This record gives sequence, structure tokens and C-alpha cells, in this order.
Amino acid sequence: MRFLFKTSYAQDIQLFRDRVDAGWYGLLAVVVLLLPAVISDYYVGEVAWVFIYAICGVSLMVLVGYTGLISLGHAAFLGIGAYAHAYFLQHGMPWVVSVVLAIVITTACGIIVGLPALRMTGIYLAIATLAFSVIIQEVFSRWESVTHGFAGMPVGKPVIFGLSFDSDLAFYYLCLFFLVITLWLTRNLLRAPTGRAWVAIRDSEIAAQSMGVNLAIYKSMAFAYSAALMGLAGALFAHKIAYLAPDIFTILLSIQLLLLVIVGGLGSLHGAIFGAIFVALLPPVIAILRDSIPASLADATAATGIGLFGLIGEGIGSFLRKPGVEAGIFGLILVLVILLEPRGMYGRWLKTRIFFSTFPMYKRATFKRQKTYMKSERLR
Amino acid sequence: MATRATDPCGRTGRKLAIFLQLTLNGLAVGCIYGLVALGFVLIYKATELVNFAQGDLLMLGAFVTFMGVVWWELDYWVAFFIAIVVVSAFGALLDATVLRRVIGQPQFAVVMLTIGLGAMFRTFASVTWGSEIYTLPTPFSGVTVIGGVTLSHQYLSIVAGTLLLCGVLYAFFTHTRIGIAMQATSQNQLAAYYMGIPVKLIFSLIWAISAGTAVVAGVLLAPVTLIDINMGLAVALKAFAAAVLGGFGSIPGALVGGIIIGLIELYAGATLPEGFKDTAPYIVLLLMLAVRPQGLFGTLARKKV
Repeated sequence: MRFLFKTSYAQDIQLFRDRVDAGWYGLLAVVVLLLPAVISDYYVGEVAWVFIYAICGVSLMVLVGYTGLISLGHAAFLGIGAYAHAYFLQHGMPWVVSVVLAIVITTACGIIVGLPALRMTGIYLAIATLAFSVIIQEVFSRWESVTHGFAGMPVGKPVIFGLSFDSDLAFYYLCLFFLVITLWLTRNLLRAPTGRAWVAIRDSEIAAQSMGVNLAIYKSMAFAYSAALMGLAGALFAHKIAYLAPDIFTILLSIQLLLLVIVGGLGSLHGAIFGAIFVALLPPVIAILRDSIPASLADATAATGIGLFGLIGEGIGSFLRKPGVEAGIFGLILVLVILLEPRGMYGRWLKTRIFFSTFPMYKRATFKRQKTYMKSERLR
Repeated sequence: MATRATDPCGRTGRKLAIFLQLTLNGLAVGCIYGLVALGFVLIYKATELVNFAQGDLLMLGAFVTFMGVVWWELDYWVAFFIAIVVVSAFGALLDATVLRRVIGQPQFAVVMLTIGLGAMFRTFASVTWGSEIYTLPTPFSGVTVIGGVTLSHQYLSIVAGTLLLCGVLYAFFTHTRIGIAMQATSQNQLAAYYMGIPVKLIFSLIWAISAGTAVVAGVLLAPVTLIDINMGLAVALKAFAAAVLGGFGSIPGALVGGIIIGLIELYAGATLPEGFKDTAPYIVLLLMLAVRPQGLFGTLARKKV
């Protein structure tokens, strides 16, 4: 176990905790850069999804995990970014200009939504953002001169400064680049006064206000920053999905994004990445299990002569093939995470790490939450 | 043509008939929203949990009734009764096993938990009953025409059912011992507990009542929208808007909010361009929240430090 002896305030807020930490992140960077050499093209595409979801996750993490504002309508921002980017590209704008414009438009929408949100908290904010997303979705399907409605809108491959990113590999590095930029920016914001103000608002609005945090400004900033990141993610999303339709950006996508931050672990950037890995890779894993479980259990039947294995395998296979099962599995995992591990995957990782680094001396009580009695939100 | 020009009274009469027709249908749809919103509010008032799975309980209720009527060929009313009992018991069980454990956690976690539960219910329904669209045969199929206004018995049954249920609930909450205990619990849990009220049991009962109202709403709605696994989601979102419009935590607010949302939806669908039918309620809701963030009947309380 390493003991950190901090001798200055600057040490407390530096980007990496110490050299060892920086070394681990360097190793991670090398692994991620070399990953496409090892895995097949299909998985390179899937990992690009992880990067896009991770940008969405960071965006929502800033709003939900750090500022404590609930949004049930983030898919709308993703859609605005995607449609704006696709529209500008179609009208011959260069890629960089188009992305910047898309981000500016989403940020503006974020501020507009954030303004009434300043007076609302909790469930009222959730329903207001939900209403916004329903309205925006209707706009996507009706404003046919821009979005082409349900006919859909094709999006080409990105071409930046004459460089074409048409292969999965090139797009992988493009998404990785933007994810790293996003993480770097967000991490810097979070260890600056802005981030600390956000966390203060999350923990207690009244305490933050008494310490001189201007609620209106910081809440709008959180909304604007979160929307801007969603705009960026939307632009990449548009390229990845290649064909935009209004029914992509429904409340179900918003819920999936919230699931991402909760399963990953609220209140940590690591959580956004873990959650993105989970959300992007669970569907392919289910698809693999759908075929491999019956097959392997059938093999077990052939080997042992017990017919029961084969029947169980068939049962699981046909269950996984039924429509809508994937949503149920997501729901089950969400329920289990909230009940058993409210800190999500990152919390679990932290506990495991501390268990090993303090090996015989691990105390469960380290992470025990204070006993909460009924915290009334009626009198806030 | 000539008669029309000389007889403006007939035209106004026809317009009035259309207006009345829309109002009646809007009222019926609004009653459904109101009932679901009532379920939200009952649970919220008592336990401060926001139950997003309310719409899926509605769907389960409709499916259980469907199973009773079509698969087992029971009488409509018997199947209806069985559905209420089964789903209410399920609601109480849900509270006793899952939701009791998250009381006191941030509201957001509970919202997500119930969203997760709702997704599981939908998967359960799609695996058990299949993901097709079903029709539920009901005793209310005829229409009565009064002065150009077509009164569909389905819509009338919705309004009558809502009125009846509200009357029963009102009597229950104000005139029975356990109903008053429920009111006490929702006002101050700790004080109620000290007075010897079994708070946990009361919470489970409130979940049961709330699930029961969802079933009534589902079965009354079934002939109008038909039964499928996603029928609850759309209704629940609108009902949620209704509950917020009325001021979350106010029972008359939930019903009034539901009726307002239903009427707006129908009027907007008839008079405004296509696409406004589904968005108009939300636009009104956003405007309302901008002006009065606590809802129509809500009270704004300041937090004391």
C-alpha cells in the first residue's frame, strides 16, 4: 500500500495522483492505441460505440453525477447534435465547421432548457426535460425540410481536411481522440472552481448558496456544458449510425444513457467509461450467449448423456431470442445495481482495489453509508 | 347550400355537437390519465417514492383480465376482480420486497429503479402473453346518440368507473380507521409510528391500492387502445405530466390535471396541425411549469436550514 504525503494544495488537485497513477494511465493509453491490431474489424466498430457512449456518459455524468440535476431528455440533445451536423454536412460545410456549429446549437438549446430548470428540482426537472425531449422528437419527425422526417437522413463518412475517415479503424481513432479531449477538458473543469461549485450544488444547494455559489450561473453552465458534449457525441453518433431517423432519439435512449451513468457509478468519470463499456457491449454479449449457451449445453448432453442440459440450453436460447428480452435484462441489472451497489461498477472496483491493497485489514465499514432516515424532499 | 346559408343555427349546432363530442372523449381519456396520476400521487404522498412502473402495472392488469376473459373464458367482471386482486397483491409484494429498501435514497435512484422494474414487467408480459396486439371483449360496446353527439358506452364506462372509484377511495380515506391511519402516515411518518400505526403495512397497502387503481384504468382503457405490452408507457408519461400539472402530491390536482391533459390532447388533435396531438399537453405543461413551478394545486415550501 502506498501512502501519499501531500505537502501542498496543488498536489491535492493535480491531474494524476502520483507518478504510479500516471504510469497506469499511460499503459492504458498504449493498450487502447494498440487494441485494433489485436481484435477483429467487427469489434473495432463495437469499441467505437463504447467511445461514443462514453462521451454521452461524461456529458450526463457532469449533469446528474456532479451537479445533481436529473435529465430524462438527454437523447434530444444527442438528436439535435446529430441532425445539425448532418444538415450542415449536407449543405457543404467543412467537417470541423459543421461539428462546431452543431455543438453551438446544442449548447444554445441546453441553455434554453436550463433556464426554466433553474427554478425546478427533482421530479419536476425530470418531467420538464422529458417534455422537452418529446417535443423535440416531434420536431424531428415533422420538420421535413431539415430532417427529412421518417424518410430518414443519410450521413456520409467524415472527411476532415481532405482526410477521409471511411474505415472502421480510422473512425475508431477519431472517436478515441474526441473522447480523450472530452475527458481531459471535463477533468480539468471538475478540479477547477467550476467543478467544485457543481459538487457543492449537488450536495446541498443551500450550503452552496451560503458559500457564495451563484446557483443560476453554475446550473446553467452545467446544462450548457453537458449539452455541448452531447452535441459532439451526436455528431459522431450520426456518422456511426449512418442513417438518422426520428425514432432513434426516444425516451428509451435517454433512459439507456441514465442507466449508463448509474451502472457505471454516479459521481466519477471512471464510472462514465465503465458504464459505456457495459451499455455498448451488453447487446453483442447477449447475442453471442443466445447461440453459444444452447450449443455448449447440447455438447454437454452429447458428452454426458444427460438430456436435461440440452433442454435447459434450448430453454435459455429461446428465452433470449424472444423480442424485448434485452430491455428486461437491462432493467434487471439496473434494479440489482441500485439495490446492491448504489455506487455502481466504479464503486465495486474501488472496493476490490482497497480490499487487496489493505489485504488483511479490509474493513467493510469504510464504505458504509451513513444511516439515512426518511429524507423529506417535500420541505426543501 | 341555400338552406345552410339561411340557417346558421344548424351550423353552430353541428359545431357544438362536435365540440361536445370532443369534450366527452377528452374527458374519458383524461379520466384514465387522472386514475394513473392518482396512483402516482398516492404512492408519492405516502412514501415519497415516484413510481414510474405505474403504467406497466396498468398493462399487467389489462393482460390478466384479458387472460381471464379470453383464455379461461371467465365472466368479464370475475376476470376484472381477479386482475385487481392479483395485481394489488403484486404491488404490495413489490413494496415489501424491493421498494422498502430504497426509501431514503435519492429520489433519482428510486425513479431509475422503478423504470428498471417497468422494463422487467414489459419483458415478462412479452414472454408470457406475446408481443401482439389483443382486443378485450367488454360488455360496453354500444353507442347512444343524443342530439348529434355519439355517446360511446366505452367512454361512458370510463367516466362512470372513474367517478365510482374516486367516490370509493374518498369514503375509504375519510371514513375508515385504516384510511385515516394512511392519511396520518403520509402527514408524518414518525408521529404515526409513535401512535401505534403499523407504517410498513400501511405502505404496502397503499401500493396495493395504487396498483388496483392502475388495473381499473387499464381495463377501462383496454377497449379504446387495445392491449399490448407498450400500452402502459404512453399513458404513464401523459399521466405523469398530469400529476405534475396538478402539483405532485395533490389528489384532486392529479384528477384535474389528468382531465386537463386529456381535453388538451383531444382539442389539439382536432384543431391544430398534425403532430400537435401528442405534443400539446407537454407544451402546456412546460409553460405551466415556467409560470408556476409547483403545479396547479401544489404548495411551495421553503427548506429551513
